Amino acid sequence: MRSRALSRIFTTDHRRLGILYLYLALAAVMVGTILSLMMRIHRVWPNLMVPFVGLVKPEDYLAMVTMHGTLMVFFVLLIAPQAGFANLVLPEQIGARRMAFPRINAAAFWTSVMAFLVLISGAHIKGGSAISGWSSYPPLSALPAAGPGQGLGMDLWLISIGIFCIASWLSAVNMLATILGERRAGMTWSRMPMTVWGWLVTSILSLLIFAVLLAAAVLLFSDRHFGSSFFIPLGDMIDGRIVGHGDGSPLLWLHLFWFFGHPGTYLAVLPGMGLATSLFANFTRRRVPGYRVMAGGLVAIGGLGLVVWGHHMFVSGMNPWAGTAFALTTMAIAVPSTIEVIGWLAMLWGGGLRLKTPMLFALGFLSFFIVGGLTGPVLAQPALDSYLHNTFFVVAHFHLVMGMAGVFVVFAGVYYWYPLMTGRMMSETLGKLHFWISVVGVYGTFLPMYFAGLAGEPRHYDRLAGPATSFSTLIPLERGITYSGIVLAAAQLIFLWNVFASARRGRVADENPWQASTLEWANVAEFGRIENGPYEYELQSGGERFHPQWETAAKEE
Amino acid sequence: MYSALSLLLTARHVAWMPPDGSLRGPIVDRLMFWNLIAIVAAAVIAHLWLIVALIRRRSTSRNFPSPVRWGLVGVFCVMYAWMALTAQRLWAANRFTGPSLTAMHVEVVGEQFQWYFRYPGPDATFGATRPQLVNAAAGNPLGLDARDPDGKDDVVSSVLVLPAGHEVDLQLRSLDVIHGFFIPGMRLKENAVPGLVLHLHFTPEKPGTYPILCTQVCGMGHGRMQARLMVVSPADYTVWLDKRERALQQQEAGE
Amino acid sequence: MPATFTRNQVEIERKDPGTGGKPPLDRRPTGGGGDGENWGDHSDGHHGPRELLIRYRLGVIFALAGDLMFFVALVSAFFVRQSTGHFDVHDNYINDWRPLAVPTILWLNTAVLILSGVTMEMARRQLFREIDVMEEWLGMGRPAVKRAAPWLGATLALGLMFLAGQWIAWVQLAHEGFRFMSTDPSSHFFYLITGIHGLHLVFGIFALAGALIGLFTLKKIEYRQVAVDCTAWYWHTMGLFWVFLFVLLEFFQ
Repeated sequence: MRSRALSRIFTTDHRRLGILYLYLALAAVMVGTILSLMMRIHRVWPNLMVPFVGLVKPEDYLAMVTMHGTLMVFFVLLIAPQAGFANLVLPEQIGARRMAFPRINAAAFWTSVMAFLVLISGAHIKGGSAISGWSSYPPLSALPAAGPGQGLGMDLWLISIGIFCIASWLSAVNMLATILGERRAGMTWSRMPMTVWGWLVTSILSLLIFAVLLAAAVLLFSDRHFGSSFFIPLGDMIDGRIVGHGDGSPLLWLHLFWFFGHPGTYLAVLPGMGLATSLFANFTRRRVPGYRVMAGGLVAIGGLGLVVWGHHMFVSGMNPWAGTAFALTTMAIAVPSTIEVIGWLAMLWGGGLRLKTPMLFALGFLSFFIVGGLTGPVLAQPALDSYLHNTFFVVAHFHLVMGMAGVFVVFAGVYYWYPLMTGRMMSETLGKLHFWISVVGVYGTFLPMYFAGLAGEPRHYDRLAGPATSFSTLIPLERGITYSGIVLAAAQLIFLWNVFASARRGRVADENPWQASTLEWANVAEFGRIENGPYEYELQSGGERFHPQWETAAKEE
Repeated sequence: MYSALSLLLTARHVAWMPPDGSLRGPIVDRLMFWNLIAIVAAAVIAHLWLIVALIRRRSTSRNFPSPVRWGLVGVFCVMYAWMALTAQRLWAANRFTGPSLTAMHVEVVGEQFQWYFRYPGPDATFGATRPQLVNAAAGNPLGLDARDPDGKDDVVSSVLVLPAGHEVDLQLRSLDVIHGFFIPGMRLKENAVPGLVLHLHFTPEKPGTYPILCTQVCGMGHGRMQARLMVVSPADYTVWLDKRERALQQQEAGE
Repeated sequence: MPATFTRNQVEIERKDPGTGGKPPLDRRPTGGGGDGENWGDHSDGHHGPRELLIRYRLGVIFALAGDLMFFVALVSAFFVRQSTGHFDVHDNYINDWRPLAVPTILWLNTAVLILSGVTMEMARRQLFREIDVMEEWLGMGRPAVKRAAPWLGATLALGLMFLAGQWIAWVQLAHEGFRFMSTDPSSHFFYLITGIHGLHLVFGIFALAGALIGLFTLKKIEYRQVAVDCTAWYWHTMGLFWVFLFVLLEFFQ
């Protein structure tokens, strides 16, 4: 009995690992959400005593921001859509029996868990966790004296991120080797589901960017402990003490970090874009128009994503000419994104949508991707970004286009693939309730942030009123955001209930409950050479037909 | 309907943005306004499209015509090109060139969690500073070197006072960590990076008081790291500066 | 890069008698090309005798691609740091980069590492001789193991020599006052780059030792091939990285 439980946990089975990854993301998202609620409440009622924390001090607030950002980006958005779902279905979708390296896969998961534990242990040490935000700009992050939490807390943050880099590197190696080497006969590039294209691009990105972040973390760690001066400039002074002894460059960290950071955010949405395409095809019973263009769009977004990092640095002291170059590359990225969105809208135009819960969440993803994404070209203009940079406008932008779009497509994936995990269906009624409350909650929370940003309200402020500003006109808006955030968080309880209750009491699923055509819905042992494309849905006058990818006989008839 | 349209066409700024006080600000505001109009329109059209798709119960088997799809992509490309070009012109005008030769110079120094503004005084030259000499308690928060004669007349203030209608060149520095120097009312933002001196030039137009904020998280006091910009008439500015200079001389004489 | 089966001159002569023998194969000397078996059409997910080797090679290559980016980041930091400076009180641009005179022993170490690459490649090729593989399949002993083991051992010894040489270089530098903890940016980079590369080689030494043990303990020839082949890929890449890093440290100070 004990060994069975152990083997369930220390498994090398990719599907179980996928579920474990999703559990890890769930743990992180719960902590992250609670932190965000505490921040929202503190912003509107700054004098409220928070349970377990007491009165929130400014450094507590900044520690919450840092933890919230790190957890949500690294342990939710970089884990659930990629490692989570890819482990769940990637081998089946390409007709393989297993991942290329099951043990490396398991090692990657446990390394991620270690990174998570190291990160959250920061909350329990003296001084608390790091306060320099998820981007950890030096010298603030390089000098323990620069603030509470910048000592051991910052060390733990760096170590956690270093471990996470290694985990993602292992995971990406495994996934790339699987996609390139383990495809079944006949599973050509143009027969791969769009999700696989998403995972392919994100795995390549992971390989290229996490190594750079790891190198940056090593350099920063060396600055902190071994007296080097990669990021600390000469004569730099903290607490009345001169600590800078060499000509380090803080901007070097910004370049290295954002070379990781920008493509990093694409890891969160590219697999989701692939999944949304699959879901739109399935729930409209249509082929994907311009499959090659849509797949090429994902590749183009990933490729361009590597050369746009400077748009985070328009006002950072970077050469303004470099700003122009990065503005142009960033604007260029809008083109493949637009091609994707118009491709989706074209798929939906024909109507006859089957509004099952996964489809609803995919539509929600599309809506957020549009509303959040369209502000991207605005922020890509250095002249406008020099007003909007680091205001709530940016917060709204990335929470919609990366955060909420990413999370909604994760919800879509969970509702869609739930039968594969448990053999049962999730409740449609609760699912729809979850969707509609969440959509309202998301727009109620993040749309007003655009207005706060236009009013000039900066990020990372623990309270609205400062010595020179009051932002008093924004108080009703801020209250609304907080109420809406609470509603949004509460709606997720419905989801949790649905997930755990349906595992026992849900309707037993059919073999192919969504009438899907991709391979994860068939038994891998039963089919032969692949001869169909991934989305061979057909609408005819006499009803609909579809040719699943595992079907071979039909063609011979 | 007509009045709404005319309001739209004559509008010059986004109502949510704080009042503008600088010479180039209205250009930013107008650009922001039209950008927001363009993206709000695009978002609304996309959502109307979605709603139509949701309402259509009967599905058509016809695929969406490909030329229309590519035409739409083309429309958006034109929009992006317009955005890139217009904003680029403004960016180039603001940042690619230095200030005019007649611009006055003020040094802005950020440190945890305070902004200091240094005026070069009558000699128009900043005195040397050394981080070793920084001692805020002794009245020398920037580490002015007393041996440097250029620094004798340097005025250090915690309020940025500027004459209206005169171009100013700010030199941004930081003593410790990266700070973000942001004057919403002047549509102006640039980081103050330790180890670098970054220049930022603009012309304040409308007299008034404008908040200065820190927009780069810089430690526990980040939310309180604010100062004020006071744009005053040139005459008032001279009076203010003279008063500070006299106070400086008296202090020196006292020592 | 040769792969599963490479025939040496003797074998080719023995196997291609000129007339009446086997039809010419369209197999490339790299081991690629078709083998006429249409393994790609096998539906049960198996891809032929080289499946395992290809899988592990892919893994190693991708892992090394990520590793390359790590070194690229370090090298770009090197160049950035080299050019950053500050303005002193008299507005002169001052740069604190003092070029480091790299110890001469690094030339020797580089030669040793290149030599170890040659022995590694010799070891690797021993495992892919068709005639040896055939002999083993027929149960006639393990000739490949006997031939590869000495080369592997030599690589291991040369690798250890390289690491020892790097250590001597560190000691020499420390004697001259360039410690890691000292304030010189060029010495930070020297220690960081040689240290991280050395760490990679320590892993390589473990891999070599593992491959050597594996040669004798692994039952299946495919596994032995994988062990040696992947170690060789890793070792060659580290050798190549070192040549670039050495050029950087020696000539771009």
